[in-house]
Amino acid sequence: MMTRTITAMAVALMATGTFAQAQDLVINGEIPITTRAPAPDFVPAFSEVISGWEFRSPETQQLETDDFENPGMLFVEAAREAFSEPLKEGGQSCADCHESPEALAGARAVYPKWDEEHGEVQTIEMQINECITERAGAEPWGYVSTEMDNMSALMSAVSRGMPVNVATDGPAHETWKQGEEMYYTRYGQLELSCANCHEDNYGNMIRADHLSQGQINGFPAYRLKNAKLNSVHDRFKGCIRDTRAQTFKPGSPEFVALELYVASRGNGLSVEGPSVRN
Amino acid sequence: MAENVTPRVRVPKSAKPGEDITIKTLISHPMESGQRKDKEGNTIPRSIINRFVATFNGETVIDVTMEPAISTNPYFEFVAKVPEAGTFEFTWYDDDGSVYTDKQDIAVG
Amino acid sequence: MNLTRRHALAAGAAALVLPRIAWADATADAISAFTGGADVAEGSGLTLTAPEIAENGNTVPIEVDAPGAEAIIVLATGNPNPDVVTFHFGKLAGAQRASTRIRLAETQEVVAVAKMSDGTFQRASREVKVTIGGCGG
Repeated sequence: MMTRTITAMAVALMATGTFAQAQDLVINGEIPITTRAPAPDFVPAFSEVISGWEFRSPETQQLETDDFENPGMLFVEAAREAFSEPLKEGGQSCADCHESPEALAGARAVYPKWDEEHGEVQTIEMQINECITERAGAEPWGYVSTEMDNMSALMSAVSRGMPVNVATDGPAHETWKQGEEMYYTRYGQLELSCANCHEDNYGNMIRADHLSQGQINGFPAYRLKNAKLNSVHDRFKGCIRDTRAQTFKPGSPEFVALELYVASRGNGLSVEGPSVRN
Repeated sequence: MAENVTPRVRVPKSAKPGEDITIKTLISHPMESGQRKDKEGNTIPRSIINRFVATFNGETVIDVTMEPAISTNPYFEFVAKVPEAGTFEFTWYDDDGSVYTDKQDIAVG
Repeated sequence: MNLTRRHALAAGAAALVLPRIAWADATADAISAFTGGADVAEGSGLTLTAPEIAENGNTVPIEVDAPGAEAIIVLATGNPNPDVVTFHFGKLAGAQRASTRIRLAETQEVVAVAKMSDGTFQRASREVKVTIGGCGG
């Protein structure tokens, strides 16, 4: 239910151009979400890492507090159905190996992660396609596609509230370093790095919008702008395009490395997807 | 034509006789406004849900006329009086002639 | 015709305000269609709740509440078509109150008109500022 208080808060928030003190996010009255956590040592620019949820208006924030009001959950439900449907005619379904989506709780929190068999860092989308092609012998889904975004949202939804905890050391370290390098590299005609916006200017306005820290713990995100789920790599593509650069492709090794690094910057925040953003 | 249209409703499982209860509904639908253009510059034809009706044991609770200015994935929240045990019926009418329905029973006691 | 400077200015001003009049007409027409031309009072019997600033015009939460009303129409005066939604409350409406999410093309006045059970009409309005987004992150 809306109240005038919420409206008044929105005005205060927008007018000052700053986001206020820590706020509590509890989903469905039962899943507490950590939206602020001590920054990892390798992020000297921050003392705290902050979920993008805190940078949104009260109306947008509220949409995420109840699964019924979160339109992103429509896609999670679609994925729940797909979970037990054969991946090709007469073939296996996700449920044949994984009893239920809940059996995969916690997986999202540690992705991207090193895959020993393939000798590479894999995102959860890559892992899903590995299951589809290698286990079920079916055709892979598009890296950014409705089926993939939905399943990725389901993987997030069953891990909500768990702390993001991606490994930056061991065999993944080289890829992580590549991602770090990208994060601080200026791209495009505007010569902007990720850090120029999300480290140097978070909390400030970019046009009429609050810049966040660019955390990805809430992905895939349901955006009011396009009324659909948006994957991490789709978001990266949008950011790099906004610098007026040629972007990398979703699923490319560059974006996999960047995702590992950016995810690690949010270690300690809760898995929050599918989040609601503007 | 809209695909994968799924209605969701939230109704309490039970109520006291005569109690007013809050109902929430959400349906997945693009609500194509008829105002947008595709990449070639052609207008994308309007395709929306144009009416939503909620009844209880056949009696109207709310009857909503919807225009293209209703957001994608239409959401409604409203209040119903529950005089006795029975069944809520929810119906959404699509421009393309499709009708989507959902039913929810409620106990009284 | 002897076009004086004053005439030219007046003509220019008229041309400038024309689009505004067109919007106002569309909203007035929609209200007349709803009321059948009856008088509409600015009253306290109808509450329209909407954010003063909407983060994205695609999804703006609104609520209307008019105890005892038969129907409430909502109009967005700055949209290409002002019609948004009409709620008709039935016998089993527990309150004459409803919430939904609407699209606003730009900063504008949102207007609601309620048809009360005695056949009179009440009006409420709210200015909603629709921000031009940044990158959404």
